[in-house]
Amino acid sequence: MVQGPHPAPPRTPAPPVPQASPAAVAHARGDRERVPAAPTTVEKVTGAQSIVRSLEEQGVEAVFGIPGGAILPLYDPLMDSAKVRHILVRHEQGGGHAAAGYAAATGKVGVCMATSGPGATNLVTPIADAHMDSVPLVAITGQVVASLIGTDGFQEADIVGITLPVTKHNYLVTDADDIPRVIAEAFHIAASGRPGPVLVDISKSAMQAQTTFSWPQEVSLPGYHPVTKPHAKQIREAARLLATSRRPVLYVGGGVIRAGAAAELRALVDASGAPAVTTLMARGALPDTHPQHLGMPGMHGTVAAVAALQKADLVVALGARFDDRVTGQLASFAPNATVVHADIDPAEIGKNKAVDVPIVGDLREVLTDLLPELAREHGQHGKPDLEAWWKQLDAWRETFPLGYDEPSDGHLAPQHVIQRIGELSGPEAIYAAGVGQHQMWAAQFIKYQRPNSWLNSGGLGTMGYSVPAAMGAKVGQPDRTVWAIDGDGCFQMTNQELATCTINDIPIKVAVINNSSLGMVRQWQTLFYESRYSNTDLHTGHGTVRVPDFVKLADAYGCVGLRCESKADVDATIKRALEIDDRPVVVDFTVSRDAMVWPMVAAGVSNDDIQYARGISPAWDRED
Amino acid sequence: MSRHTLSVLVENKPGVLTRVAGLFARRSFNIHSLAVGPTEHEEISRITVVVDVDELPLEQVTKQLNKLINVIKIVELEDASSVQRELLLVKVKADTAQRTSVLEVVQLFRAHVVDVVPDTVVVEATGSPGKLDALLTALEPFGIREIVQSGTVAIGRGSRSITDRALERVSRSA
Repeated sequence: MVQGPHPAPPRTPAPPVPQASPAAVAHARGDRERVPAAPTTVEKVTGAQSIVRSLEEQGVEAVFGIPGGAILPLYDPLMDSAKVRHILVRHEQGGGHAAAGYAAATGKVGVCMATSGPGATNLVTPIADAHMDSVPLVAITGQVVASLIGTDGFQEADIVGITLPVTKHNYLVTDADDIPRVIAEAFHIAASGRPGPVLVDISKSAMQAQTTFSWPQEVSLPGYHPVTKPHAKQIREAARLLATSRRPVLYVGGGVIRAGAAAELRALVDASGAPAVTTLMARGALPDTHPQHLGMPGMHGTVAAVAALQKADLVVALGARFDDRVTGQLASFAPNATVVHADIDPAEIGKNKAVDVPIVGDLREVLTDLLPELAREHGQHGKPDLEAWWKQLDAWRETFPLGYDEPSDGHLAPQHVIQRIGELSGPEAIYAAGVGQHQMWAAQFIKYQRPNSWLNSGGLGTMGYSVPAAMGAKVGQPDRTVWAIDGDGCFQMTNQELATCTINDIPIKVAVINNSSLGMVRQWQTLFYESRYSNTDLHTGHGTVRVPDFVKLADAYGCVGLRCESKADVDATIKRALEIDDRPVVVDFTVSRDAMVWPMVAAGVSNDDIQYARGISPAWDRED
Repeated sequence: MSRHTLSVLVENKPGVLTRVAGLFARRSFNIHSLAVGPTEHEEISRITVVVDVDELPLEQVTKQLNKLINVIKIVELEDASSVQRELLLVKVKADTAQRTSVLEVVQLFRAHVVDVVPDTVVVEATGSPGKLDALLTALEPFGIREIVQSGTVAIGRGSRSITDRALERVSRSA
C-alpha cells in the first residue's frame, strides 16, 4: 500500500450505514451507529416526487433555489411539501452561499437547487467555496432530458464534469429508480468524514418517469470509509510531547468547528496549559476571552499568535491545513517545532508541512482520547513548566496588542465600527463576512465566544459570500441576530438577495464597511505598487457620486437603509439596526479608505518578518 | 523523479476514469501510461497508472486518489515483485528483399506477424517496456510506418490477490 508515513487507515469495511429517517441523519458526522431499520414502505411516484420525498425523509427543512426548464418537474411536487421550505433566491450563487451559510451556522447539511446549464454553472462558485472550507452541502441540479445529453441541447452543461474538481463527489442520475439511493448517499458523503459539497445532477426525463420510492435507503459505498477513530499509539505520542515540551502551541483550525469539538478543545487547552491560536476558519472554536488564546495566526494574525508558532518547540495542529496564509514562507514556518497533526483527512497530513506525529481521526474522538492520555502523562511526570514560555508570550501580547490608528482624514475607523457591532450585538449573534479588509477586521476585532458564530469564505476568498450566507444562517438560526459584515465591493456582487430576505421575512442586518474602494487590493497597491490605484475606486463613499447609494438601494429592496458617517453616531446607529426585527437593515458606514489591516506578513515572506504596523517589525532578538 | 506503477481498483461506474485522470492533471502529475479494464469481478475495474514522480508527491497523489469515492484500493506494484506488460503493434516496411530479416527479428523477440501485404508487415509483441523498446530499435532500420502501444498492465507475483479484500468489501456492502 502506498500510504506514506502515517499508519494506513484500517481497511476494515464499515457496516453499511442505514439511513435513518428524519433529521438525525442531517447531523450525522460519519457516525456508524446502526439505526433500527424502519419498516420499508414502497410508494408509486414520479422521479420528481421521489426527490421531494427523499429530501423530506432526509430531514431537510430549507432549500435555496431557482426553477428553470430542466428542473420544472421537481418544483411541482415541491410546492406541496409541508416539510421542505423552498426559498426562491435571486441568483443561484446566492442560493449556494445561502445553503453554505445555513450549514455553517447550524452544522446541518445545506441544500441548494438550480436548473440545467447557466443555473448549474452559477452554482460553481459556491460549490468551490464549500469545497475549500469543508462545508456540508448538497446541490441538486436539473439536467436536460437523457436523450438530449451530449447533443448541446438548450441549456445543457456538463455540470458533473465542470464540478468534478470542486466537489467531494457528484452524480448524474438518468434512471428515476436511483433517486432515493443517490440522495441518501449524497447526504451521507456531504456530512461524514471531512464534510464537503456533493452535486446531484438529475435529468428532466428521470424526474418525469414513473418509479417507486422507499426509505430508508441503505448506503453502500465500498470506496468510502472515513477513519474517525485515531490510532492509540499516535495519541500516546502526542500526549507525551504535549506533556514534555516547553514551548507548545495548539494550532486550531476549522476542523474543530466542523467536528463539533469545541468543548473537547476547551478541555485540552485547560488541561495542557498551552497557548492556542485559532485560524480564520476556527474563530470561535475557543472563546476569545480565554486567557490562553493568543488570537489568529497568519498573514493578518496577532504578533503573539504568529510569533508563538515561529518560536514553538511543539505545534499541535488540530483540523488545520497549514494554508499558505497561515504559514507564510513554508520553509521558515515554525522552524524549531516538532509537529503533531490531527485531521480527519489523511491527505492533509504531510501535504504542506512534514509531520512527526500524524493522527487521522475525527477531532472530537482525537481530543476525547487525548485528554486521559495527557492526564496520565501529567500524573507520571507532573505538568510541564511553561512559565518562561508564558512570560515570553505575555510580553508579545502586551507589547503588540491588536490596535489601529484613528484615520487622519476625519472619517470613521472601520475597525471601531466593526468592534462596536461585535460589542453591542454580543457573542450570541452570528457574523458573516465578505472577503477583504472588512473580513480581516471582523476576524480581529469581534470577540467570538462560540463555534458557528463566525462565517466567512476562508479558502476560496469569495467576494459576495456575506449577504447570502447571512441569509442562510438566519433561516437556520431565526432567533439569533445575524450580521453580514460586508465591504462596498463585495456587497455589490450579491446584494440582490436582499429582495429574497425582504420577501421571505429573513431580517438580516448588513453593515457595509464602505471605503469606496476594493480596500484590500488598494492596500496592496499602497504597499507594493507605489500607491498607484489601478481600478480600485468604486465611487460609493463620501464625497463621491455614490453609485449606487446604498441607503436608496436598501429602500428599493424594502429594507431599512441607514447611514453613519461620524464616530458619535456609531453606537446609536448600531442600536437602531439591532432594534429593527421586521425587515432587513442595511447600514452604510462610510469609513476612511486609508485604513489598513495590520499586523501583516507580506505574501511569500517569512512569518518572522511580520509587520506590526507599516515599517514596524518586532525585534525578535530582544526576546530572551 | 522515479517511475511508479499503481494499480487502482475502482468501482465499475461511468466517469470513474475521468475522475482518476483529472486528479492527476489537477495536481500536476504526468501520467506516463494508463490502462483500464475489467477484473474478475464485474463491479470492479482496474486502472494501471504509470507515473514519473518523487516519493513525497506520490504519497500525496495516492492519498488524494483514495479520497475519490469510487476508488476502492490502491496498490503500488514494485518492478521486482510484479509482472508488467505492454502490447505493441507496429507496421514495418518489409518488401521481399528484407522480409526475411524482419521475420528474424520478430522471431528473436518472440513477437508475431499478424498482417502481411507485399510491402509491409504488422508485428504484434507483448513484453516489458524495456523489451518493446529493444524490439523497436531492432526494427527501426527497416523503416517503421506506424506504432500503436498500450499502457502497462501489471500484476503482483505469487498467489496473493489484491482484489480479494476489495471484493469482500464490495460483496458485503452490495
